[in-house]
Amino acid sequence: MLPELSHKEIHRYSRHLLIPDVGLEGQKKLKAAAVLIVGTGGLGSPVALYLAAAGVGRIGLVDYDVVDFSNLQRQVIHGESRLGDLKVHSARERMLDINPEIQVDVYNEVINSENAFRIAEPYDIIVDGTDNFPTRYLVNDLCVLTGKPNVYGSIFRFDGQASVFDAESGPCYRCLFPEPPPPGLVPSCAEGGVLGVLPGTIGSIQATETLKIILGIGETLVGRLLLYDALDLSFQTVKLHKNPKCKVCGEHPEITGLIDYEAFCGVPAHDHDEGSAGDEWDITASQLSSRLKEHPELRLIDVREPHEREISNLEGSELIPLGQFAARLNELDSAEELVIFCKAGTRSTRALEILASAGFKKVKNLKGGINAWAIDVDPSLPIY
Amino acid sequence: MPTLKIPTPLRPYAEGQSTLTLPGEVVEEILEGAVETYPLLKKHLFNDEGKLRPFVNLFLGEENVNQLEGLKTPLSDGDTLLIIPSIAGG
Repeated sequence: MLPELSHKEIHRYSRHLLIPDVGLEGQKKLKAAAVLIVGTGGLGSPVALYLAAAGVGRIGLVDYDVVDFSNLQRQVIHGESRLGDLKVHSARERMLDINPEIQVDVYNEVINSENAFRIAEPYDIIVDGTDNFPTRYLVNDLCVLTGKPNVYGSIFRFDGQASVFDAESGPCYRCLFPEPPPPGLVPSCAEGGVLGVLPGTIGSIQATETLKIILGIGETLVGRLLLYDALDLSFQTVKLHKNPKCKVCGEHPEITGLIDYEAFCGVPAHDHDEGSAGDEWDITASQLSSRLKEHPELRLIDVREPHEREISNLEGSELIPLGQFAARLNELDSAEELVIFCKAGTRSTRALEILASAGFKKVKNLKGGINAWAIDVDPSLPIY
Repeated sequence: MPTLKIPTPLRPYAEGQSTLTLPGEVVEEILEGAVETYPLLKKHLFNDEGKLRPFVNLFLGEENVNQLEGLKTPLSDGDTLLIIPSIAGG
């Protein structure tokens, strides 16, 4: 039995009710539906806003993070007045402002193998708006194991991807990407950046697909991957096939329960710059400042991209972007003391690993990167 | 000559190029040509044993080359080979 709509709801959803493919029954289906959105960041923002406005009756939000100033460039559900607040609370308030008729459940926790089944249980559909590989594999396996569709979206700089992975009727995420890339090979948005409006485009497509699944109309992206290039303004779809050897949805699945996804991917389940290479390798900004006073000849190697030096720079540093680092090791001398830095410490840690495996011992990672230097040593520099 | 489309995350390893036009009659030759021209691309496409990495998906038109003839899939002039990367941003 589908729930009834009040006169107020009929007025609110009038533009939906006018579409024959939706109509009164479709709007009731939306009211009866329950959707879980994993992540209330760039992708989660438009998904949550549009599903709330569309009248999806029950929406769950999972996020452990708080609203940060650098989120506001793209995470349009949050505002400056909510800086420092839990993202799930900030998002719920905005959604209920748009539509108080719906129920918004919040899960202020890191979704992981221990809690994922509990969190997902009440929902029909899961929307993947996460920002890291471990959580993407977790969401995929969770969806395969529980038979729920996974509405996938992913973004980087100007590129977006979207699909619906529904192992009951098509391929899953692992059929396309059986393994994650090795740690450090693919930069995250925190390292590489993302056009602020890109998650608006991809998240809106995820919201569209979610509504179509609930309504049972149109052709969803099951068995297709949508590729969006914002620079060329081109959309392309490619065919996806179920992989009979898929470890989770194939003919002889090896994965029959949730696993340790951070271990599987070799990276943490978040997209924050870690900034630390471990105590043995780290030097703090204050320590470096003192060290430079004693040893002004210390070589500072900047592994960021050239355009980042226009934002902030350490005087006397030399640029070797991480992408060229392995090929330019001959410019460095293992007898010299070197300090490697980047924006916040993630890329410099990668560079340090390259140096350590090449036998360099007198190298240090500037913990927290040039942003930490801006906080602790030179407040005249901006933080980005 | 066929064209290889380089996705954004791999462009820094191909001197910023978004497309490469390379001579070659099968997929393998195009990839070999690409890593010869831009050696930094190599470790992103191939593992230490020289095999294509499992997260690198190659598409000719709408179809994954694995559904065709894999690395031996023939290419014609004007074909576009697409590398679909694994990205995780959200």
